[in-house]
Amino acid sequence: MRRLIFLLPIAIVAVLVAIFWIGLDPKRDKSILPSALVGNPAPAFDLPGLSDNAPRLTLVQFKGKLVAINFFASWCLPCRAEHPLLKQITAEFGVPVIGVAWKDKPEASQAFLAQLGDPYAATGDDHNGRTGIDFGITGVPETFLVGPDGTVLYRFAGPLSPEGLRDQLAPAIAEAKQ
Amino acid sequence: MRRVLALLAMLWIAPALAQEAQLADPALEQRARDLSREIRCVVCQSQSVADSDADIAQELRVMIREQIAAGKSDQEIRDYLVARYGDFVLFNPPFKGSTYVLWIGPFAILLLAGFGVAMFFRRRARELARAPELSVDEHSRVVRLLQDGPEDRA
Repeated sequence: MRRLIFLLPIAIVAVLVAIFWIGLDPKRDKSILPSALVGNPAPAFDLPGLSDNAPRLTLVQFKGKLVAINFFASWCLPCRAEHPLLKQITAEFGVPVIGVAWKDKPEASQAFLAQLGDPYAATGDDHNGRTGIDFGITGVPETFLVGPDGTVLYRFAGPLSPEGLRDQLAPAIAEAKQ
Repeated sequence: MRRVLALLAMLWIAPALAQEAQLADPALEQRARDLSREIRCVVCQSQSVADSDADIAQELRVMIREQIAAGKSDQEIRDYLVARYGDFVLFNPPFKGSTYVLWIGPFAILLLAGFGVAMFFRRRARELARAPELSVDEHSRVVRLLQDGPEDRA
Protein backbone atom coordinates (compact mmCIF):
# COMPACT_ATOMS: atom_id res chain seq x y z
CA MET A 1 0.00 0.00 0.00
CA ARG A 2 2.81 2.41 0.89
CA ARG A 3 4.52 1.67 -2.40
CA LEU A 4 1.35 2.36 -4.38
CA ILE A 5 1.42 6.01 -3.39
CA PHE A 6 4.58 6.43 -5.45
CA LEU A 7 2.68 5.22 -8.52
CA LEU A 8 0.05 7.93 -8.06
CA PRO A 9 2.00 10.73 -9.80
CA ILE A 10 2.70 8.41 -12.73
CA ALA A 11 -1.00 7.59 -12.96
CA ILE A 12 -1.91 11.29 -12.88
CA VAL A 13 0.60 12.06 -15.63
CA ALA A 14 -0.78 9.19 -17.72
CA VAL A 15 -4.31 10.60 -17.44
CA LEU A 16 -3.10 14.09 -18.37
CA VAL A 17 -1.19 12.75 -21.36
CA ALA A 18 -4.35 10.98 -22.53
CA ILE A 19 -6.38 14.21 -22.22
CA PHE A 20 -3.77 16.28 -24.07
CA TRP A 21 -3.43 13.57 -26.71
CA ILE A 22 -7.13 13.83 -27.50
CA GLY A 23 -7.02 17.63 -27.31
CA LEU A 24 -4.13 17.83 -29.77
CA ASP A 25 -5.78 15.59 -32.36
CA PRO A 26 -4.95 17.41 -35.61
CA LYS A 27 -8.27 16.29 -37.11
CA ARG A 28 -10.20 18.11 -34.42
CA ASP A 29 -11.11 21.62 -35.57
CA LYS A 30 -11.62 23.68 -32.47
CA SER A 31 -13.19 26.54 -34.39
CA ILE A 32 -16.22 24.33 -35.04
CA LEU A 33 -18.47 24.17 -32.04
CA PRO A 34 -20.44 21.02 -31.47
CA SER A 35 -24.02 21.64 -32.55
CA ALA A 36 -26.53 21.70 -29.72
CA LEU A 37 -29.18 20.85 -32.27
CA VAL A 38 -28.09 17.45 -33.57
CA GLY A 39 -30.50 14.83 -32.28
CA ASN A 40 -33.17 17.43 -31.53
CA PRO A 41 -36.17 18.50 -33.59
CA ALA A 42 -35.34 21.12 -36.21
CA PRO A 43 -36.64 24.56 -35.23
CA ALA A 44 -39.84 25.46 -37.05
CA PHE A 45 -39.66 28.30 -39.53
CA ASP A 46 -41.97 30.07 -41.90
CA LEU A 47 -40.04 32.32 -44.26
CA PRO A 48 -41.09 34.46 -47.21
CA GLY A 49 -39.84 33.40 -50.65
CA LEU A 50 -37.12 35.28 -52.46
CA SER A 51 -39.56 37.00 -54.79
CA ASP A 52 -42.99 38.46 -54.10
CA ASN A 53 -44.91 35.70 -55.82
CA ALA A 54 -42.74 32.84 -54.56
CA PRO A 55 -44.35 30.51 -52.01
CA ARG A 56 -43.38 30.73 -48.34
CA LEU A 57 -40.82 28.25 -47.10
CA THR A 58 -41.60 25.94 -44.19
CA LEU A 59 -40.08 22.67 -43.09
CA VAL A 60 -43.53 21.05 -42.92
CA GLN A 61 -43.56 20.93 -46.74
CA PHE A 62 -40.73 18.42 -46.56
CA LYS A 63 -42.05 16.24 -43.78
CA GLY A 64 -41.40 12.57 -44.46
CA LYS A 65 -38.32 13.29 -46.55
CA LEU A 66 -34.66 13.46 -45.79
CA VAL A 67 -33.63 17.02 -46.69
CA ALA A 68 -30.56 19.20 -46.51
CA ILE A 69 -30.94 22.79 -45.37
CA ASN A 70 -28.27 25.12 -46.68
CA PHE A 71 -27.79 28.59 -45.24
CA PHE A 72 -26.21 30.92 -47.78
CA ALA A 73 -25.88 34.57 -48.71
CA SER A 74 -24.94 36.39 -51.88
CA TRP A 75 -22.35 38.42 -49.97
CA CYS A 76 -20.59 35.29 -48.76
CA LEU A 77 -17.59 34.19 -50.81
CA PRO A 78 -17.27 30.66 -49.40
CA CYS A 79 -20.92 30.15 -50.44
CA ARG A 80 -19.85 30.81 -54.02
CA ALA A 81 -17.09 28.24 -53.61
CA GLU A 82 -19.36 25.47 -52.34
CA HIS A 83 -22.22 26.30 -54.70
CA PRO A 84 -21.47 23.76 -57.47
CA LEU A 85 -21.43 20.96 -54.87
CA LEU A 86 -24.97 21.64 -53.68
CA LYS A 87 -26.40 20.34 -56.96
CA GLN A 88 -24.41 17.19 -56.38
CA ILE A 89 -26.20 16.51 -53.09
CA THR A 90 -29.47 16.19 -54.99
CA ALA A 91 -28.03 14.59 -58.13
CA GLU A 92 -25.92 11.96 -56.40
CA PHE A 93 -27.83 11.20 -53.24
CA GLY A 94 -31.38 12.17 -54.15
CA VAL A 95 -31.59 14.55 -51.21
CA PRO A 96 -33.41 17.82 -51.92
CA VAL A 97 -31.61 20.93 -50.71
CA ILE A 98 -33.52 23.80 -49.16
CA GLY A 99 -31.82 27.17 -49.51
CA VAL A 100 -32.18 29.75 -46.77
CA ALA A 101 -30.77 33.16 -47.69
CA TRP A 102 -29.31 34.45 -44.44
CA LYS A 103 -29.29 38.21 -43.81
CA ASP A 104 -29.36 39.03 -47.48
CA LYS A 105 -31.45 41.21 -49.75
CA PRO A 106 -33.88 38.95 -51.65
CA GLU A 107 -32.94 40.63 -54.96
CA ALA A 108 -29.26 39.98 -54.28
CA SER A 109 -29.95 36.33 -53.45
CA GLN A 110 -31.97 35.99 -56.64
CA ALA A 111 -29.20 37.53 -58.71
CA PHE A 112 -26.71 35.17 -57.03
CA LEU A 113 -28.83 32.15 -58.01
CA ALA A 114 -29.44 33.50 -61.51
CA GLN A 115 -25.71 33.86 -62.02
CA LEU A 116 -24.54 30.57 -60.51
CA GLY A 117 -27.58 28.35 -61.05
CA ASP A 118 -30.27 27.39 -58.57
CA PRO A 119 -29.54 24.06 -56.85
CA TYR A 120 -32.40 24.44 -54.38
CA ALA A 121 -35.71 22.60 -54.21
CA ALA A 122 -37.11 25.62 -52.40
CA THR A 123 -35.77 28.89 -51.06
CA GLY A 124 -36.66 31.26 -48.26
CA ASP A 125 -35.54 34.68 -47.14
CA ASP A 126 -34.24 34.81 -43.56
CA HIS A 127 -33.92 38.55 -43.66
CA ASN A 128 -33.22 39.24 -39.99
CA GLY A 129 -31.18 36.08 -39.53
CA ARG A 130 -33.41 34.72 -36.78
CA THR A 131 -33.95 31.31 -38.38
CA GLY A 132 -30.19 30.98 -38.67
CA ILE A 133 -29.83 31.71 -34.97
CA ASP A 134 -32.56 29.18 -34.22
CA PHE A 135 -30.41 26.62 -36.01
CA GLY A 136 -27.36 27.76 -34.08
CA ILE A 137 -25.34 28.72 -37.13
CA THR A 138 -22.10 30.59 -36.57
CA GLY A 139 -22.02 32.05 -40.06
CA VAL A 140 -22.69 31.10 -43.65
CA PRO A 141 -22.51 28.68 -45.29
CA GLU A 142 -23.76 25.89 -43.08
CA THR A 143 -25.59 22.76 -44.11
CA PHE A 144 -27.90 20.62 -41.99
CA LEU A 145 -29.41 17.21 -42.63
CA VAL A 146 -32.95 16.89 -41.35
CA GLY A 147 -34.57 13.47 -41.17
CA PRO A 148 -38.09 12.52 -42.32
CA ASP A 149 -39.37 13.00 -38.76
CA GLY A 150 -37.93 16.50 -38.57
CA THR A 151 -34.94 15.62 -36.40
CA VAL A 152 -31.65 17.33 -37.12
CA LEU A 153 -29.22 14.52 -37.96
CA TYR A 154 -26.06 16.29 -38.98
CA ARG A 155 -24.47 19.69 -39.29
CA PHE A 156 -21.70 20.74 -41.64
CA ALA A 157 -20.23 24.11 -40.65
CA GLY A 158 -18.43 26.07 -43.32
CA PRO A 159 -18.19 25.62 -47.07
CA LEU A 160 -18.49 22.12 -48.49
CA SER A 161 -15.44 20.93 -50.35
CA PRO A 162 -15.35 17.85 -52.58
CA GLU A 163 -13.50 16.11 -49.72
CA GLY A 164 -15.98 17.34 -47.11
CA LEU A 165 -18.84 16.09 -49.26
CA ARG A 166 -17.21 12.72 -49.83
CA ASP A 167 -15.80 12.09 -46.36
CA GLN A 168 -18.34 13.73 -44.09
CA LEU A 169 -21.66 14.65 -45.65
CA ALA A 170 -21.98 11.55 -47.83
CA PRO A 171 -21.47 9.10 -44.93
CA ALA A 172 -23.95 11.12 -42.85
CA ILE A 173 -26.50 10.88 -45.67
CA ALA A 174 -25.86 7.13 -46.00
CA GLU A 175 -26.38 6.70 -42.26
CA ALA A 176 -29.54 8.80 -42.32
CA LYS A 177 -31.00 6.64 -45.08
CA GLN A 178 -30.68 3.44 -43.09
CA MET B 1 -4.84 67.33 -31.59
CA ARG B 2 -8.01 67.17 -29.56
CA ARG B 3 -9.91 66.26 -32.70
CA VAL B 4 -7.52 63.40 -33.42
CA LEU B 5 -7.96 62.11 -29.89
CA ALA B 6 -11.72 62.29 -30.22
CA LEU B 7 -11.51 60.31 -33.45
CA LEU B 8 -9.32 57.70 -31.82
CA ALA B 9 -11.72 57.46 -28.92
CA MET B 10 -14.56 56.88 -31.36
CA LEU B 11 -12.62 54.07 -33.02
CA TRP B 12 -12.19 52.50 -29.65
CA ILE B 13 -15.86 52.53 -28.68
CA ALA B 14 -17.13 51.96 -32.18
CA PRO B 15 -17.34 48.15 -32.31
CA ALA B 16 -19.88 47.75 -29.55
CA LEU B 17 -22.02 50.72 -30.47
CA ALA B 18 -21.77 50.69 -34.23
CA GLN B 19 -25.09 51.51 -35.86
CA GLU B 20 -27.18 49.75 -33.32
CA ALA B 21 -30.46 50.86 -31.93
CA GLN B 22 -30.23 51.05 -28.17
CA LEU B 23 -32.97 50.53 -25.68
CA ALA B 24 -34.64 53.71 -24.49
CA ASP B 25 -34.55 52.71 -20.83
CA PRO B 26 -30.93 53.06 -19.60
CA ALA B 27 -31.43 50.31 -17.00
CA LEU B 28 -32.57 47.83 -19.65
CA GLU B 29 -29.78 48.93 -22.00
CA GLN B 30 -27.30 48.31 -19.19
CA ARG B 31 -28.75 44.82 -18.67
CA ALA B 32 -28.42 44.13 -22.40
CA ARG B 33 -24.77 45.20 -22.32
CA ASP B 34 -23.97 43.19 -19.21
CA LEU B 35 -25.57 40.13 -20.75
CA SER B 36 -23.73 40.67 -24.06
CA ARG B 37 -20.46 40.61 -22.16
CA GLU B 38 -21.06 37.12 -20.80
CA ILE B 39 -22.19 35.62 -24.09
CA ARG B 40 -19.39 34.21 -26.19
CA CYS B 41 -19.21 35.15 -29.83
CA VAL B 42 -19.59 31.84 -31.64
CA VAL B 43 -17.21 32.62 -34.50
CA CYS B 44 -14.51 34.50 -32.63
CA GLN B 45 -14.51 32.40 -29.55
CA SER B 46 -12.31 34.38 -27.24
CA GLN B 47 -14.40 37.51 -27.67
CA SER B 48 -17.72 38.25 -26.08
CA VAL B 49 -20.70 39.18 -28.20
CA ALA B 50 -20.31 42.71 -26.83
CA ASP B 51 -16.76 43.05 -28.17
CA SER B 52 -17.16 41.36 -31.50
CA ASP B 53 -17.87 42.91 -34.86
CA ALA B 54 -18.90 39.63 -36.47
CA ASP B 55 -22.30 39.54 -38.18
CA ILE B 56 -23.60 36.88 -35.89
CA ALA B 57 -22.45 38.75 -32.77
CA GLN B 58 -24.23 41.87 -33.92
CA GLU B 59 -27.33 39.81 -34.59
CA LEU B 60 -27.13 38.30 -31.12
CA ARG B 61 -26.81 41.75 -29.53
CA VAL B 62 -29.90 42.92 -31.37
CA MET B 63 -31.71 39.75 -30.31
CA ILE B 64 -30.71 40.19 -26.66
CA ARG B 65 -32.10 43.75 -26.73
CA GLU B 66 -35.32 42.57 -28.34
CA GLN B 67 -35.84 39.87 -25.76
CA ILE B 68 -35.09 42.23 -22.88
CA ALA B 69 -37.53 44.72 -24.34
CA ALA B 70 -40.08 41.90 -24.53
CA GLY B 71 -39.67 41.40 -20.80
CA LYS B 72 -37.60 38.21 -20.79
CA SER B 73 -35.36 37.58 -17.81
CA ASP B 74 -31.59 37.24 -18.20
CA GLN B 75 -31.85 33.55 -17.42
CA GLU B 76 -34.54 33.00 -20.07
CA ILE B 77 -32.30 34.64 -22.66
CA ARG B 78 -29.32 32.53 -21.57
CA ASP B 79 -31.46 29.39 -21.83
CA TYR B 80 -32.61 30.44 -25.29
CA LEU B 81 -29.02 30.77 -26.46
CA VAL B 82 -27.82 27.59 -24.77
CA ALA B 83 -30.61 25.63 -26.49
CA ARG B 84 -29.16 26.77 -29.83
CA TYR B 85 -25.44 26.97 -29.26
CA GLY B 86 -24.86 24.78 -26.22
CA ASP B 87 -22.95 25.75 -23.09
CA PHE B 88 -20.21 27.12 -25.35
CA VAL B 89 -21.98 30.47 -25.62
CA LEU B 90 -21.64 31.10 -21.91
CA PHE B 91 -18.39 32.52 -20.60
CA ASN B 92 -19.48 31.28 -17.17
CA PRO B 93 -20.00 27.56 -17.62
CA PRO B 94 -22.94 26.25 -15.58
CA PHE B 95 -22.36 24.03 -12.56
CA LYS B 96 -23.59 20.64 -13.68
CA GLY B 97 -22.56 17.02 -14.25
CA SER B 98 -20.27 17.55 -17.22
CA THR B 99 -18.55 20.59 -15.70
CA TYR B 100 -17.93 19.33 -12.14
CA VAL B 101 -14.29 18.59 -12.99
CA LEU B 102 -13.91 22.13 -14.32
CA TRP B 103 -15.32 23.76 -11.21
CA ILE B 104 -14.16 21.42 -8.48
CA GLY B 105 -10.93 20.16 -10.08
CA PRO B 106 -8.62 23.01 -9.05
CA PHE B 107 -9.86 22.94 -5.46
CA ALA B 108 -9.53 19.16 -5.32
CA ILE B 109 -5.93 19.42 -6.56
CA LEU B 110 -5.20 22.18 -4.04
CA LEU B 111 -6.69 20.06 -1.26
CA LEU B 112 -4.68 17.00 -2.33
CA ALA B 113 -1.51 19.06 -2.50
CA GLY B 114 -2.22 20.56 0.93
CA PHE B 115 -2.79 17.06 2.30
CA GLY B 116 0.53 15.91 0.82
CA VAL B 117 2.41 18.87 2.30
CA ALA B 118 0.79 18.29 5.70
CA MET B 119 1.78 14.60 5.56
CA PHE B 120 5.36 15.58 4.72
CA PHE B 121 5.69 17.99 7.64
CA ARG B 122 4.05 15.59 10.06
CA ARG B 123 6.43 12.84 9.11
CA ARG B 124 9.43 15.15 9.41
CA ALA B 125 8.30 16.33 12.80
CA ARG B 126 7.98 12.70 13.90
CA GLU B 127 11.47 11.88 12.62
CA LEU B 128 12.95 14.92 14.35
CA ALA B 129 11.23 13.92 17.55
CA ARG B 130 12.79 10.48 17.24
CA ALA B 131 16.32 11.94 16.92
CA PRO B 132 18.57 10.43 19.65
CA GLU B 133 19.35 12.50 22.73
CA LEU B 134 22.95 13.68 23.04
CA SER B 135 25.04 12.45 25.90
CA VAL B 136 26.77 15.01 28.14
CA ASP B 137 30.09 14.47 26.31
CA GLU B 138 28.53 14.90 22.91
CA HIS B 139 26.73 18.02 24.05
CA SER B 140 29.90 19.71 25.29
CA ARG B 141 31.60 18.77 22.00
CA VAL B 142 28.82 20.51 20.06
CA VAL B 143 29.26 23.63 22.18
CA ARG B 144 33.03 23.50 21.60
CA LEU B 145 32.58 23.09 17.86
CA LEU B 146 30.21 26.01 17.68
CA GLN B 147 32.57 28.24 19.58
CA ASP B 148 35.99 27.24 18.23
CA GLY B 149 35.26 25.95 14.73
CA PRO B 150 36.40 22.60 13.30
CA GLU B 151 38.61 20.43 15.48
CA ASP B 152 40.87 19.15 12.69
CA ARG B 153 42.33 22.52 12.07
CA ALA B 154 43.73 22.90 15.52
